[in-house]
Formats: sequence, structure tokens, C-alpha cells
Amino acid sequence: MNAPIRRLAMLAALLFATLLISSTWIQFVDAKAINALPANRRTDLTNFNRERGAILVAGDPIASSRPVKDELKWLRVYSQGTRYPHITGFYSFTVPPDRGLEYADNALLSGSSDKLFYRRISDLFTGREPAGASLELTINPKAQAAADEALGNQRGAVVALDPRTGAVLALVSHPAYDPNVLAMHTSEAVGKAWDALLADPGKPLINRAIAGNLYPPGSTFKLITAAAALETAKYTKDSVLPGPAQLTLPGVTEPLANHDHQACGADDKTTLDHALVISCNTAFADLGMTLGADALRTQAAKFGFGEALRIPLPVTASTIPATLNEPQTAQSAIGQYEVRATPMQMAMVSAAIANEGILMQPYLVERVVSSDLTIIEKADHKQLSEAISPETAQTLTTMMVDVVTSGTGTPAQIPGVSVAGKTGTAQHGVGAAPHAWFTAFAPADDPKVAVAVVVEDGGDAGSEAGGGTVAGPIAKAVMEAVING
Amino acid sequence: MSAITSLRPRRGRNVELLLLLFAVGIVVLAYVSVEAAVHDAVPAGLLTQAGGLLAIAIAFHLVLRFRVSYADPLLLPIATLLNGLGLVMIHRIELARPETSATAGMAMRQLTWSTLAVVMAVVVLLWLRDHRMLRRYTYLTGAAGLALLLLPRAPWIGREINGAQIWIGIGPFSFQPGEVAKLMLAIFFAGYLVQTRDALSIAGRKILGVTMPRGRDLGPILLMWLLSLAVLASQKDLGSALLFFGLFVAMLYVATERTSWIAIGLILAAAGAYAAFHVFTHVQERVTLWLHPFSAEAKAISTQLATGLMGMASGGMLGNGLGQGRPDLTPWAESDFIVASFGEELGLIGLVAILMLYVLLVERGFRTAIGVRDGFGKLLAAGLSFSIALQCFVVVGGVTRVIPLTGLTMPFLSQGGSSLLANWTLIALLLRISDQARQPIIEDATTGSLQAVVR
Repeated sequence: MNAPIRRLAMLAALLFATLLISSTWIQFVDAKAINALPANRRTDLTNFNRERGAILVAGDPIASSRPVKDELKWLRVYSQGTRYPHITGFYSFTVPPDRGLEYADNALLSGSSDKLFYRRISDLFTGREPAGASLELTINPKAQAAADEALGNQRGAVVALDPRTGAVLALVSHPAYDPNVLAMHTSEAVGKAWDALLADPGKPLINRAIAGNLYPPGSTFKLITAAAALETAKYTKDSVLPGPAQLTLPGVTEPLANHDHQACGADDKTTLDHALVISCNTAFADLGMTLGADALRTQAAKFGFGEALRIPLPVTASTIPATLNEPQTAQSAIGQYEVRATPMQMAMVSAAIANEGILMQPYLVERVVSSDLTIIEKADHKQLSEAISPETAQTLTTMMVDVVTSGTGTPAQIPGVSVAGKTGTAQHGVGAAPHAWFTAFAPADDPKVAVAVVVEDGGDAGSEAGGGTVAGPIAKAVMEAVING
Repeated sequence: MSAITSLRPRRGRNVELLLLLFAVGIVVLAYVSVEAAVHDAVPAGLLTQAGGLLAIAIAFHLVLRFRVSYADPLLLPIATLLNGLGLVMIHRIELARPETSATAGMAMRQLTWSTLAVVMAVVVLLWLRDHRMLRRYTYLTGAAGLALLLLPRAPWIGREINGAQIWIGIGPFSFQPGEVAKLMLAIFFAGYLVQTRDALSIAGRKILGVTMPRGRDLGPILLMWLLSLAVLASQKDLGSALLFFGLFVAMLYVATERTSWIAIGLILAAAGAYAAFHVFTHVQERVTLWLHPFSAEAKAISTQLATGLMGMASGGMLGNGLGQGRPDLTPWAESDFIVASFGEELGLIGLVAILMLYVLLVERGFRTAIGVRDGFGKLLAAGLSFSIALQCFVVVGGVTRVIPLTGLTMPFLSQGGSSLLANWTLIALLLRISDQARQPIIEDATTGSLQAVVR
């Protein structure tokens, strides 16, 4: 019987060899993939058990980890409550922390980023507790506070940029929420809070400033139409445009009308400058048809339309339809039809005009600092495109200053400071009050801040001034906060 | 004749003692590192505990030294090390759970059962002076094994735990008789096959160059097949069915030296598996879990395999360290998934070391089977050894996705009293058989010279 016993012994060895291979597969070959699985509680716990880096605004933590005596060891605390939720996001064990910087820069905050590799090696040898890196933001706390307070109970969003660098100075979306309720370690309470946020008709979880439902930009888009015209070199600010009370579009029975149903000037004629100052729909619709859809689309793309940015939060790409017939082109030229833009996009338009035509890449994180205070990353100012020529930028600036001094944008005037701006009143659906828009920069001669404001359903359907009266003061408050320091 | 040489037989008892000290040392070290990781302190009663463990091991060693002095010197240290490591892991998992959990006190119970099992093994060794005594009870052990297998189905005392009805319970005590049945059936198979092997191996006719058995000789294998299917059907216990049938076929092959039995066994097993897959939903669920452990439909059935795999993955190459992983997140981390717990905390390196201990144990068992001279002893030693190998394969293979997961315990490591009793008794039997295998026989009574038969 010895021969079959030997063979059976071989079989047993073979069975064990299989087990050695399968264990090696799981613990060595496939381990990284398994550790990265979304529902892997062990990985979550490892991340939670490490001190997470803070998120800082002007040196003060708006998100930080506090040691607690429970399984998760660290509690994430958002010291400013509802002021920064759409920037920070939340770090929750119960619901997926899938938004904000907590998500976008998770690898840095948790310390698992490859950029922290050397630091982790030295942790291993020195026995130091591993910790994540901190993010120092570009946010100006006064601008953020001004935007938050000025927007108040209204739904909408505010974005403020430094036009020279692209640094995001304020980013507010209303309604807001308190991320602390989601960061708690009591999963039942967090679950309830989460369900309530999801069910809230105001949709507070949406970041209206950079994502959300994408608003029609309305008359603020006229800046892009005007830029396209000036870039052809066939137009100056004094070029004469047709400006009737209403414009019959080819193949469409309903004529395109001005808000006040008045002509924009004597003899149904106006200039480019005046058309922008009073936000004349017919003049810009006609201009749009003359320039053509391609010119509008090209100019919009130079300002950043069609590009999904990461600041590092994901910014939804603003869009202009790929195919437009003549009446659609006319509607698009005044920011209606299916043109959609984020407040971030419209702030970038003002910023590019302010920065002599050069569009800078917006960014939110100035510096990444490891827990031993070495700087791991420093933001570099990146040029996104040359949106318009310096001359066009100069002309547009003059026109935008006129809007604020004598046009629809007067509510945004700041004493002693020259402000350049443009109002917007965006129709969205029959019977709904239009969204009120305002985008501006100041000081016009030495721009320090560019801003875009949208207030949902805030405009007055009958008056283009709605954008100015509702959104204008908010823009003003933010710009003042930046300029006055 | 020069073939007859005088040499002093090597008993290996000193090697055994050294290895035993080594085994106890590793277990104590593991225990200290768990306590250091969890409580930041060396356990208060360490000396007493380590001393107690050492005393039990030494006592067993002394029994072998004076009563079973030719026994294989590796078996006891390996069993001690595995049992001890299992104890440490169970203690470690208990520490991670709240004191109110249903498993509270399991480490203490496991320690008690370990002691009882060792005592049981010593008693078996002292009582069973020759393993051939067991042949007398061939049919009695067969009947007892069968009864134990079917006991969980009996009304009043059968209990369904974790989806499988493989437990019996009397009052607060629950017992998994499958492990003891494994032992009894191995004894029965050995006794039965050594009697019938001639009929099963010689008669038959050639088909395609392979000698196939006569139709009437197919009776036993078909009966065993049906019994395994009955276990599977009635107790939802895939693992035991596989183990019993595999054990029988292996022993049949050893007894008859006929490859055709393996072919027949594989065909029957495949047919049984195919039928089971189509008839039983729980088998289909196991297959789904096996193929797609992280999928949504698998999640709806059970997350055990997925969390076990995540545990092993988090351990990686070197492991998180004893007391520093989270094996408690996996359901049944102390029994079915104790291997995954070791993988998580000791890493791939630790898990490979543990698997190699089993390889050594199993191959020493086969070595015993080759060395022993009587057919019953050969069959029994080979069967017992193969049962450990097969059981490890079914358990670890299930945890590491080689085969669908089934509910069996890992010998010596897993929590459970019946498993410890059965496996320590198994070790006692192997020790007894190996004592005969390694004992020198008197080749020639007139010269009185000894010949070592140990190769």
C-alpha cells in the first residue's frame, strides 16, 4: 500500500501548495485593489484612526480633527458651522464623504498621498504617529463672510476670484448646511441628518457655485458676445447696432423683445456701449446672428466654457449647444436658449476682462503643509488661456464701468472705487421668476477682485434692473470686503 | 549478513522536548504581544499562565518518553503550537468585542477544552497500547460515527447555527459531532477496507485499459456517496459532505491501489455537486459568494467572505501585528475565519508559516503510514493524515476563494471543544501508530540484534 500512500502524500502537498498560491494572491497580488474597495471598513478605520490634516483659512482651521475616546479616535470638527460646507465637504463614517476638499484632497488630508511618501518612511523609522497634511486655502474670510451674510436666506451662489492669480477668494452656495452633523460618530443621528438634507427641497448639498443645475447666464453672457464682436476688430464700443423694441427672428413667430418693450435708442438704433449699459436684448441678438454661432462658441470657449475644471473641487463645464440655428444663435447671444453657466464661469469672464484678457486657472489651495510644517505643495499661478486681447479687455472694462455708473448696475457702486460690472436676468421656464445675476470686478483700474453672484428666482420678470438690485448689492459687499481688507 | 547492523534506534524524545519548549515559547510571545498591543502592558499572571501551559506540554512529553517512546517527535510540538496560537487569537478577538457579546468567555472555554482534549489524548494513548485493538470495534465505531452524523437532525437536541444544522445542544452545552464522526468513520473505513480490499482490488474487467470494479463492488462507494449527499441535504453542510466522501475515496484508493476508484469518486462527486447546485438554493448562494464576493448580490447574502478577504488584504505581506488589526470585523473570525484573522495580523508570512506547520503534520502522518507494518495501521494513519489535509483545504480554500466557502473548522486553531477533542485524539492515534512504525523489530531472535526499520 506504500505506493498509493506516497501518491496521496503528494496530493496533500499539492492541496497545500494551492492554498499558498491563493493566500499569496489575496495578501500580496490583489491586496491593494481589495484595500481600495469602497465598502472596506478596515481601510476607513485606518484612515479615521490617523490624525487628519486641517483645512485652514487665513491661519484658522475651518476643519480639524479632535481626539475623542471612541473607536474612530478622531472627531472632525468644522469650527465655522454653515459658512464653509461647500468648500470643505464633510468627513463622515456613516455616509460616503464624497464631496468638498475632504473628498477631492483626501489623499493629502489622510496622509496616504504619494506626495507624502518620504514623510511616511521617516514615520516608520522614528515611530512618529502618522498624520495627514493640512491645506491652506486662498479664501479671504472677510469676503466669504460678506458673501454668506449678503446672500442671507436667498438661494443662490457667490464666487469671488483674484483676477491676477485665479485664487478663489470666496465660494458660497445657499442654502448651506452644517457639516458637523454629518461628522458625528453616532451613526443613527448622522443617518437622520443625512436623510433630512437629502429630502430638503432647497437641496443644500448641491454646490451651486461650481456644480448644481447650471443656470442660464442671461444678460451677463452679453459680455462674451461683446468680446466676440470687439475681437473681430470690425467693432468699437461706439459701433452702431440696430436696437428696436422687438426683433423678428427668422422662422419664429414670437419676436425677441427688450425687457421694457422699448427701443434701445432713437430711430431704433444704439451703440455697442449703450446696448451693454442698458442691456439691450435686440441689439445683442442681432449682433449674435451677425457674428454667427461659431464666433460665439469660440469666444465662450476661450473664457472657459466647455472645460470641466478641478480647483481641486470638480467644476461642472459650462455649456453652449454644439449646433445652433439663427434664432437659437440670437437667443444664445443674450445668454438664453440652452446656454448654461456656473457662477464660477461668469466670475472667470469678469476676471479675464479684469486681467487684461488673460484667464487664470482658479484654485482653492494655496499651500499644502505636512504635520511637521514642511511645505509639500505650493500653488503656481497657471494661465488658462488668452481669452481676449488687452485692447478688447480695456474697451470692455470701460463699457462695464459705464454699466455701473449709469446703467443697470448702479446698485453695485462703491464710493471712491471704480467698479466694472454687468447685470443679468435669466429666464428659466414659463411663469418662474428669473434668476438675478451680477458679475463685476473692482477697482476697474487696478483689479483686485472679480465676482459673480446668482440669486435664484430673485429677478423681476419685467425689468432687467432686477439683476442689479438683487444681486448687485451682494457683489458690492464682497468686493468691498476684499478691497477694504 | 552485513545487512543486519547494530545501531541504536533514535527515539527523538530530546528533539521533541526542545521543539516543545520552542512551541510554548512562541505561544507565550504571541500572547505577550497581543497584551502589549491592546493593553500596553505585559499580562499580570503571565508567569503562572506560561508555567501552566509548559506544565501541560511537559506532562504530555513525559507520557510519551516513558510509555510511547518511539512516537514521532514532531507531532506533539506542532499540535501544541497550533492549539496555542489558536488560543491566543481567540483571546485577542474576545478582547476586541464588547464584554456583553455572546462570545464572551470563549478564550477561557477554549483553554478548558484544550486541557480536557490533552487529557483525553493521554488517556487514549495509555489505554490503546496497540492501535490494532481498534479493529475489534470496526462496526461499532462505524455505527457510532453514523449516529453522530445524523444526531443534529434528531428532534429536541439538533440546533441550527450559522445556517447549518451541524450542532447538537443539551441545555447550555452545544457540540458539533461532525469532527468526532470524522475520526470514527476513519477507523471504520480502515477496518472495513482492510477486510474487503482483496475483493475490491482484484476482481473486475478492463475498460479502456483501466481495470473497472465489478458492479456489486460498487456498493460501498455508492452508499458512502448517498450518505454524504444526505448530510449535505439534511444539514446544509457542504464541507462535511465533501470531507467524508473525499476521505472514503482516498482510503479506498490506498487500500486497493486502483486508480479507477478515484475516477469513479470524482465522477460521483461532480454529479453530486451538480445536482446540489441545482437543487439547493444555499449551494447556489455559496457559489455566487465564491465567484463574486464583492458584488451587490453577494452583499445581500453575506459579507463574511468579503470582510474576511479585506482583512487578509489589509494584513498584506507582513501583517498588522498581533492585536493591531481588526479581525473582529469579520463574522466568525474565531472559528471558520480564524485563518483570515491570522492572515490579517501575522501577514502572508505568518499564514504561510502556519500552513507549513500543517504540511509538516500531515506529511509526518503519511510517513507513519508508510513506516507501519500492518495494513490497518497504514490505512488508518493515511486516512487520518489525509483528513487533516482535506479539511485544511476545504476551510482555507473556502476563505481564500479556491472553492466555495463551507462551514468547517480549522483543526487545532478554530474555537470549538468538539473539534479540539477530536483532533487531539487523532494526534494520540497517530502517535500510537508512529510508535509502532518507528519501533525497531527484532529481526533475528537468535542473534538478538536490532534492525532499525525507520527510513
